[in-house]
Amino acid sequence: MSTTSDLAVQVVEATPTQPWHKPRSEQRRDALVYLALAVVAYAIVMISGVAGPDGFALVFFVEVLLLTILRSRNIGKAKSTNAIVSTVIGAGAVVAFVPWMSIFVSLVTKGFHGLYVGYLFGDMRVTTPDDELNMGGVGHAIIGSMLMVLIATAITLPLGILSGVYLTEVRGRLTKVVRFVIQSMSGVPSIVAGLFIYTTVVTLTESFSGFAGALALSVLMLPTVARTSEEVLKLVPEDLRAASYALGARQWRSSLMVVLPTVRSGLTTAAILGVARVVGETAPLLLTALSNNAFKFNPFNGPIASMPMYVFGLLQIGTEYSIARAWSGSLVLMLIVLALFVAARRLGGKDKR
Amino acid sequence: MHVVYSTGDRIFRRIVTAGALTSLIVLALIGLFLLARGVEIFRDMGPKFITGTNWTAGSGDGIIPAEFSIGPMLAGTIVTSLIALFFAVPLSIAGALYMEFFAPAKIKSTLVSMLDLAAAIPSLFFGLWGVQVFSSMGERWAALTSHYLGWFPLFNNELEIFGRSPFIAGLVLAAMIVPIITSVSREVYSRTPRELVDSCHALGGTRWGAIRAVVLPFGRSGVVGGAMLGLGRALGETVAVYLLLNLVFKYNFNILESEGGNIASLIATKFGEATPYELKALLAAGFVLFLLTLTVNMAATAVVQRTAKAQS
Repeated sequence: MSTTSDLAVQVVEATPTQPWHKPRSEQRRDALVYLALAVVAYAIVMISGVAGPDGFALVFFVEVLLLTILRSRNIGKAKSTNAIVSTVIGAGAVVAFVPWMSIFVSLVTKGFHGLYVGYLFGDMRVTTPDDELNMGGVGHAIIGSMLMVLIATAITLPLGILSGVYLTEVRGRLTKVVRFVIQSMSGVPSIVAGLFIYTTVVTLTESFSGFAGALALSVLMLPTVARTSEEVLKLVPEDLRAASYALGARQWRSSLMVVLPTVRSGLTTAAILGVARVVGETAPLLLTALSNNAFKFNPFNGPIASMPMYVFGLLQIGTEYSIARAWSGSLVLMLIVLALFVAARRLGGKDKR
Repeated sequence: MHVVYSTGDRIFRRIVTAGALTSLIVLALIGLFLLARGVEIFRDMGPKFITGTNWTAGSGDGIIPAEFSIGPMLAGTIVTSLIALFFAVPLSIAGALYMEFFAPAKIKSTLVSMLDLAAAIPSLFFGLWGVQVFSSMGERWAALTSHYLGWFPLFNNELEIFGRSPFIAGLVLAAMIVPIITSVSREVYSRTPRELVDSCHALGGTRWGAIRAVVLPFGRSGVVGGAMLGLGRALGETVAVYLLLNLVFKYNFNILESEGGNIASLIATKFGEATPYELKALLAAGFVLFLLTLTVNMAATAVVQRTAKAQS
């Protein structure tokens, strides 16, 4: 019995380790190494002919790559390839993400100083593009865009929902064809949509108008609305349809009164995404709605301004103030797109149980 | 299963079918109208509409005959789009792989939403950004390329003026299509069966080993489809190219020289002051562009839908 003491095991409380995480000290050392590399890269940019942020990025990348190769000398071929390729992929990803991040940043930095309180409510009737930035505004363009987008939504939302219902509920003989056509239609160049409406509506009514612009936007908006509607309707559980049939509902009643109401906010999302897709389209409006300088609330009567055409027109003028105005208009337009996206995301989560 | 539909059902199904067929009808109408309006040009110009080199409205009195050919613009469309694809595809693959397999879980969802937003940036902004922000950098790259690779005809530039070239327009188009290719690729990569990747790791493979052995082959056709969707976009882009390129009617395969254009920007440029006959030529050009993009998009759709089906 006395052997128990001999057998006494020293109980060690295991401290949890995470071997896949780098320890603090190593993280700190890495940060220092990268900082040193950045300084060296900066020095090289200063001394040699390489210039600009792109030159700095290139030198820094080459340094990191060399360091990776150097460090992975003795860890075997597979692991060293892994380390090197990972570095390259990371750099590629950075290069892929930089342009649009740069666009967001430029919009804010270049568009910001043209904004003032009256900017959203003024128009360009008495302001020339070269006037000081505290005059005039983008109000007429916002109204014009809003009118066109509203008409386009009124046209495409029912059609888009019908397409979605066809693809998920009715599932007729043409299901595959319709799905294929909708997907292909989303690739129709925006200028072709503009040309189409020009040869039909504008030629027929003999007038450029907001309505023609709205029709051109509808052509571009329909595929987005239809596809999103289909995606949303697909999420409706089959049980719901079965239950409604079991209660004796016919297909039309179960579709209209059970399936569609459950995805109401999803269908709103479809409309919002469609609007976000077309609100910045310039090319079709160039051929259908043109632009004007004053507030206008009648979309059926002559040219009407819109956000993208406002920016485009100012860019054509190309003076310092007109370009500053173009950036401000773009910033407002981007904020509208962003707001639409956030709204779509908020609503999108609602239907999911 | 045999289903019996009531009268109400039949009416309902008919209405829904009619609604769903509008997209089909609209697509057909676009083609028909452009063709009907442009057919006169196709008849007058013959194959020269595609292969010729001139775009002249003529002098009206018939002394200088009108001559319309989209050859140089068609070439410009293809050249700028190919440049865009050349840069966008590798970057998008790197971006998609990074988001799916390398990015820390914390920032992954942020990146995905930002990518969605990036895909919705109006192309006008890429033009604006290209002209105002990027072009000085692009010119520097062009000058370097010409300096070191100028002996190669593609990069030859005798004039040493590097602004507003197909090269820069192509780079901006690349930036424009990266979001769409990245998001399609990422989605395909995310459908890679987890157990295959895990078994690669279990066998002692590295992360790159697993990607090369499983993820890339699995996602290949999806990436091809995404790239073609991007190509379709680049082929039909109007305002970005319009703002970035001087429209010059010349076959320009020296991509660093400051001349070029594409079909869409031709339409945008000439539309304002076109004579009625020239307008028909523009509609004919629009028809060619429509056919070109539709072909590319249909092929892309077929590829994407087939892979999605095979993988689900």
